Amino acid sequence: MLYFIEQCLNGVQLGMLLFLLAAGLTLVFGIMDLVNLAHGSLYMLGAYFAATFAILTGSFVAALVLAVSASLLAGMVLEIVAVRRLYGRNHLDHVLGTFGLLLFFNELVRLIWGPAGMTLPLPQQMLSGVEIIPGIYYPVYRLVIIFATVAVAALLYLVVMRTRIGMLIRAGAANREMVAALGVNINLLYTLVFGLGAALAGFAGVMQAPILTVQIGMGENILILAFVVIIIGGIGSIRGAFVASLIVGLIDTLGRAFLPDMLHLALSTNAAATLGPALSSMSIYVLMAAVLIFRPEGLFPAASR
Amino acid sequence: MTASFDPPLEHAPASRLNGRTAFIVAMLAILALLPVYTTLTGDSFVMTLFSRVLILAIGAVSLNLIMGYGGMVSFGHAAYLGIGGYAVGILAKEGIGSGFVQWPVAIAVSALYALVVGALSLRTRGVYFIMITLAFAQMIYYVVIGLERYGGDDGLTIYQRSRFGGFIDLNNKTVFYYLCFVLLMASIYLVSRLVNSRFGLVIRGTRSNERRMRAIGFPTFRYKLVCFVIAGALCGLAGALLANHTSFISPALMHWTRSGDLIVMVVLGGLGSLFGPLIGTVAFLLLEEALSRVTEYPDMILGPVLLLVAIYLHGGIEGLLQWRRHD
Repeated sequence: MLYFIEQCLNGVQLGMLLFLLAAGLTLVFGIMDLVNLAHGSLYMLGAYFAATFAILTGSFVAALVLAVSASLLAGMVLEIVAVRRLYGRNHLDHVLGTFGLLLFFNELVRLIWGPAGMTLPLPQQMLSGVEIIPGIYYPVYRLVIIFATVAVAALLYLVVMRTRIGMLIRAGAANREMVAALGVNINLLYTLVFGLGAALAGFAGVMQAPILTVQIGMGENILILAFVVIIIGGIGSIRGAFVASLIVGLIDTLGRAFLPDMLHLALSTNAAATLGPALSSMSIYVLMAAVLIFRPEGLFPAASR
Repeated sequence: MTASFDPPLEHAPASRLNGRTAFIVAMLAILALLPVYTTLTGDSFVMTLFSRVLILAIGAVSLNLIMGYGGMVSFGHAAYLGIGGYAVGILAKEGIGSGFVQWPVAIAVSALYALVVGALSLRTRGVYFIMITLAFAQMIYYVVIGLERYGGDDGLTIYQRSRFGGFIDLNNKTVFYYLCFVLLMASIYLVSRLVNSRFGLVIRGTRSNERRMRAIGFPTFRYKLVCFVIAGALCGLAGALLANHTSFISPALMHWTRSGDLIVMVVLGGLGSLFGPLIGTVAFLLLEEALSRVTEYPDMILGPVLLLVAIYLHGGIEGLLQWRRHD
């Protein structure tokens, strides 16, 4: 039972991180109609920025603020220099172009930071466990991740639903041409949205940096999980991304934690040991397939498409 | 979105003598005579490199069938390379060394996987389709990593190449090269027959306007699914060849960036053209090879090149060759 609660918390934590990535992807897709494979690179850049700034400033909080700002800036520059030229093209061109960007960023990181990974050390008090309910200790830092990501998700909700810029973003998702015709500087809006997505991805990278090794290609596999999230949630829908992130985070974590044991009950030890790891990594894809069979447009299809 | 890229419908290869035909004939002649060069100079590296080119070109030809002619942008094509490769590797490890068993199994399992993935993913279109094929390929990737008995993450060495009862000796590099060459030519021929048949016309019509094809009574889903399965089977064969080529398979074979490479080869060469995938594979692998010789950071150049291709080079290299004629 204790183990179960701990794993649930881990699942929520993974889910919230996935949400930060998926929100950026789905915003960029919903508004600019762009498939961005380089989104994981921005997550990776965020983590590298954080590790670097932490060494320079010696403070985790300063590193966080600087790294997120740097990701925002990197995203906006990337949009102006390269991504902008892909708008209005077919999705195959997006795939090809952003795949090129992904290769470029991996190599750029190798050039600047070298092939070895980096670590981002945490302050001592972050490492210890805290008793969340009697008998259950959970690492402080993982709690910090959950609270911080929930806070950012709430902030994102407020910005998108309650501010003028958020209104423009929603309007842009619903009808781009109309927003442009009403005199909104659509190019600037696009740059901002892309920057926002980059900042969210960068933030996710920063939060993950202390518990993972910061390394080249770290954004690639999690990017595909984020794709699965937005397929399940419905492309272009932030609400769908939120719900699907939690579902995927929980199922993936719990599947890895418990499926091998459950197989032991049903199968011989040998077969379970072979099948367990393979099957538990399949779980979220099976979920995705199931969603596709019943709701090909995802759980929360965006209204406009 | 499937209707938004429209390479010109290609008719049966014309016998007209133009720059493009001459280029393709010259390329095929060079590929056919490459082992002669190797025998004369003793430079076996070139033949190893080009065996790989031929094998991956089969994969690209297969991807071009669904992506170029059918408008189905599959981002999971490397999964078939992996499935075909692992079919050979797993059977070899379990003591079944005959190619007469291994290769049909590789093709059949790939076709079966394509049937399941196609049946699920062809319900959607556009960007959903791209992401779903990507996600399923990633699933297979993780499944293979989980197969501890067959090496897991570290991969599996194949100690003996597929045996064909003394008819074909795959250990002979020249024989292997020509086998790849013949199979590639056969794949291109198969695709040319397919896309110019009634079946192919339905597939190409579906790419242009699926709703209209349905309205005139074609069950487009079934046509697309059959096309998807044929492509999967063909790429599974490429996987079986690849496993024999390297005598080693690992999950890296089916990492999603390998699927990206296959897309690059097809688009670089020319989407929806018969010889485009071959041209693209030659160009891509030679570019990769050349860049890795001049710089320690080849992707710093390759990445922006891909971006420029996406932005400016619509018909791929094949389109460049045709350019003059259309003016």
